Amino acid sequence: MELVFELSKEGRGCDLLPSCDVPETAISEKFARVSAPRLPQLSETDISRHYTKLASRTFGVNKGFYPLGSCTMKYNPRINEEVAGLPGFTGIHPLQPEHTVQGCLEVMAKAEEYLCEITGMDAMTFQPAAGAHGEFTGVMLIKAYHEKRGDIKRTKIIVPDSAHGTNPATAVMAGYKVINVPSDPEGGIDIEKLKAVVDDQVAGLMLTNPNTVGIFDKNILEITRIIKDAGGLCYYDGANLNAVMGNVRPGDMGFDVVHLNLHKTFSTPHGGGGPGSGAVGCKKELEEFLPKPCMGKCGEGYGMCCDRENSIGKVKAFYGNFLVVVKALAYILTLGKEGIPEASKMAVLNANYMMQQLSDTYEAAYKGRCMHEFVLTLEKLHHETGVSALDIAKGLLDEGIHPPTMYFPLIVHEALMVEPTETEGKDTIDNVVAIFKKVYNEAMSNPEAMHEKPVKTVIRRPDEVRAAREPVLRYNFD
Amino acid sequence: MGSYIPSTQKEREEMLNAIGLDNINQLYDGIPSQVLLHRELNIPSGKSEMEVRAEMSAMAAKNTVFPHIFRGAGAYNHYIPSIVKYVSAKEEFVTAYTPYQAEISQGVLQSIFEYQTEMCELTGMDVSNASVYDGATAAAEAVGMCRERKRQVALVSATTNPDVIEVIKTYCHGANATVEIVPEKDGVTDMEALKSMLCETSACFYVQQPNYYGIFEDCEALGEITHASGAKYIMGCNPIALGIMKSPGECGADVATAEGQPLGMSLAFGGPYLGIMACTTAMMRKMPGRIVGETVDADGQRCYVLTLQAREQHIRREKASSNICSNQALCALTATVYLAAMGPDGLKNVASQCISKAHYAAKEIASVKGFELKYGGEFFNEFVTTCPICPDKLMGELEKKGILGGLPFEKDGEKLILWCVTEMNSKADIDMLVNTIKEVAE
Amino acid sequence: MNVPSNLMYTKTHEWVEIIDEKTVRTGLTAYAAENLGDLVFINLPEVGDSVTNGEALGDVESVKAVSDFMSYVTGEVTAVNEQILDEPGTVNGDPFGTWFVEIGNVTEKGELLTPEEYEKVLAEEA
Repeated sequence: MELVFELSKEGRGCDLLPSCDVPETAISEKFARVSAPRLPQLSETDISRHYTKLASRTFGVNKGFYPLGSCTMKYNPRINEEVAGLPGFTGIHPLQPEHTVQGCLEVMAKAEEYLCEITGMDAMTFQPAAGAHGEFTGVMLIKAYHEKRGDIKRTKIIVPDSAHGTNPATAVMAGYKVINVPSDPEGGIDIEKLKAVVDDQVAGLMLTNPNTVGIFDKNILEITRIIKDAGGLCYYDGANLNAVMGNVRPGDMGFDVVHLNLHKTFSTPHGGGGPGSGAVGCKKELEEFLPKPCMGKCGEGYGMCCDRENSIGKVKAFYGNFLVVVKALAYILTLGKEGIPEASKMAVLNANYMMQQLSDTYEAAYKGRCMHEFVLTLEKLHHETGVSALDIAKGLLDEGIHPPTMYFPLIVHEALMVEPTETEGKDTIDNVVAIFKKVYNEAMSNPEAMHEKPVKTVIRRPDEVRAAREPVLRYNFD
Repeated sequence: MGSYIPSTQKEREEMLNAIGLDNINQLYDGIPSQVLLHRELNIPSGKSEMEVRAEMSAMAAKNTVFPHIFRGAGAYNHYIPSIVKYVSAKEEFVTAYTPYQAEISQGVLQSIFEYQTEMCELTGMDVSNASVYDGATAAAEAVGMCRERKRQVALVSATTNPDVIEVIKTYCHGANATVEIVPEKDGVTDMEALKSMLCETSACFYVQQPNYYGIFEDCEALGEITHASGAKYIMGCNPIALGIMKSPGECGADVATAEGQPLGMSLAFGGPYLGIMACTTAMMRKMPGRIVGETVDADGQRCYVLTLQAREQHIRREKASSNICSNQALCALTATVYLAAMGPDGLKNVASQCISKAHYAAKEIASVKGFELKYGGEFFNEFVTTCPICPDKLMGELEKKGILGGLPFEKDGEKLILWCVTEMNSKADIDMLVNTIKEVAE
Repeated sequence: MNVPSNLMYTKTHEWVEIIDEKTVRTGLTAYAAENLGDLVFINLPEVGDSVTNGEALGDVESVKAVSDFMSYVTGEVTAVNEQILDEPGTVNGDPFGTWFVEIGNVTEKGELLTPEEYEKVLAEEA
């Protein structure tokens, strides 16, 4: 379809502003732009139709089943969007005097209080804008903790080989060397191998539990103890909190700092890749290092202060993606102390039920009880028929469902990682199980056809090699 | 209470039966008892939608929404066309994940491609990414792009927004790299100081245009000085100003960054905003974040995919230059639609109105005794005046009239105010502001 | 799989051509090229850079993977095959005919495999 620039007609536009009611001031030639930006010239009708068409070529949670493992694509409640759109939140300048932003500060304080209780932490910042940003903030807290103690020999962060790529990338951004530890056959941390790499140079460990294969690591207390005994700190990647929220708290597993993805666990939408919110919680001993300003109760009302002298500084302008926090708070208020643990239990039930229903067709990479997600391995299918996990995923596209996460975690061959979430009903799961099996049977009976899939989507498979070899990253007007 | 769980009690029992359990708590049997929470969460009970709406609305009502805003300093009050709000609220865009499955994500991918094109046009640069978190993190990531093994020191102008400086410092501390602040002179970067500070270990120089005080920096000259030392040149911009101002491309920048909030995003107490990043082709592979590229599908049809992914953390892991994955995609869409609605003439009009109204306001405020323009340089929509009276008292009186006054700050013991005027402030607003200042001051 | 007999090999699937006592050329084996798939970008050092036995001297990218290109000698880069920077696909087309870098002033050589030894490595990985 056309790009917005190809719809442009010289002389078209929208009538949006009144004419200027003060004497005009022109910019001097020295600073004036030479060539005007070639922005599109469109009527409002053109704009509305163009983006409605683009929306119809976009698959969101509202459109269908979205079992994207490690991404927690749960339903995004409309009430959250509506309260986040209240002018009392959207119309507030971030540098207004404190007494005029008491409602905003109350939102942050309440969200902090409830999320600290849910995670077992003592303090929290909402400044990080996404999960990876939260990881950076959290590891910087660990760095500041060791630096303040003059413990500068700690140069390593331990990361399991099953971890999401952000973990090692984060550790390096914070100036650390990454030590990978292999997983044991159950997908957990290999305790003996962990012990072998732990020494007095370890600053900390980054871990998610349940881990990236969807299994709860039973040795968690021993793992965090080993790190602590060596003088390190433990970082909890909240990517998988939806499995256990309200039932198990990272703070009770021995973690000192956590990040949450409010856009996963707490139902705020992903927006096609953001904005999210990567709230970071920590234990008392790390609180003094949190980003500036700190916010919270202050006498009768709420306040902000910047005198945290040991703070790591700022990781973002102002206070974070505030409207995302508003949505998450609305969600927590809705679910409450009963609904939060129930949501996690249902997420786990849905995953186990779906895995069980698929078990006569698909091979699970790890047998037994899973948490909120499970990993299938199509290695055998691939070996026998040449049909890969990618082919199966593309086959699912033709059936109108979003495929699971492909080729992650890296330690499982031909992996498909399935996370149904609690906001799907049994009937939906039964239906998609039937579709998964239908696609598998097609792969067995006509493997060649699978390489051609999808055929019903608005485009067929894109040529990614061409895109990367000869990058075309913008429209060419000439 | 709500939970958004569709399965009925009966269905839940059927599912439990299917996996051989009779109680949902047995799902956690494998978890060590010591880490299970054997009590209720200490948070309120769940509430109905009606109650939640009331509680959230009550909090919103405790904030003051100022009808007249004369404060900027990194967050700007601009007109947001209706079409922008409606398009960016479309459920498909709102509820989609990152477009990894290109075949069912052409809508998001194409909108990002359009965004990248518009950002290249606006900044005059060759390549844009799909956005980062905000203008401050864009600046910090840009500094990271410029570091090389032997060039580890980032120079940043003292005329930069203090939040941006803080974020650059945090990121550089993470990378064990150094930040040096280039002093200011008369409200702009001290060029002689910059010349003497640049050396063979300098990675880059970052300057904000217009700077924190609203003043235009001589960006072409700064770029020449920077490049003469072999360092990279980064310009942080105001995207509205780019409607009439020389672009970073025209000033010779290697990397351009901007806070994209003015392009259709509400003030929202500081976020979500939009981090704009664009660079030259030579720097392309060092740019962090997602990038969308054009290609063809199996039928030869034009289409779009995420590309150059081998730069990113999910493939490169500890060798990636940044860990960013989620960005501000919906905000990027907002900016794209904003620029489509404004068009080239509309954007120029907004920028012209900003500069015109700011100059009118500056002249009027400076006519009040004791309020003088602090700096002589040419400015866009912000300017600094002296303040002969207690700024808190002035702000309090303005507040009574529904006016959020400029941002008070102190420099070398002098009380100053950073004012901001946009197309949203009518002549009548400005006159009311000035009259109130007069009443308080005289 | 084709393993030319005039070259030496590494356990990480680079080939090494010994030009003389102090000079080698190195590239990627057919096995590596096939496993990585279509290469889309190659990062190489510049002429004059020093390389160290056992360390990566660059990396190669396919659409969904990135892999280190290792050096098994210590020396200095004396030439870079500029053509593959523009057309990385030539590596997939003719891996043994497409060298990456030439390294001179070689002061140390690491573990290099004979064609026979490398064939054993390939047999084990298959």
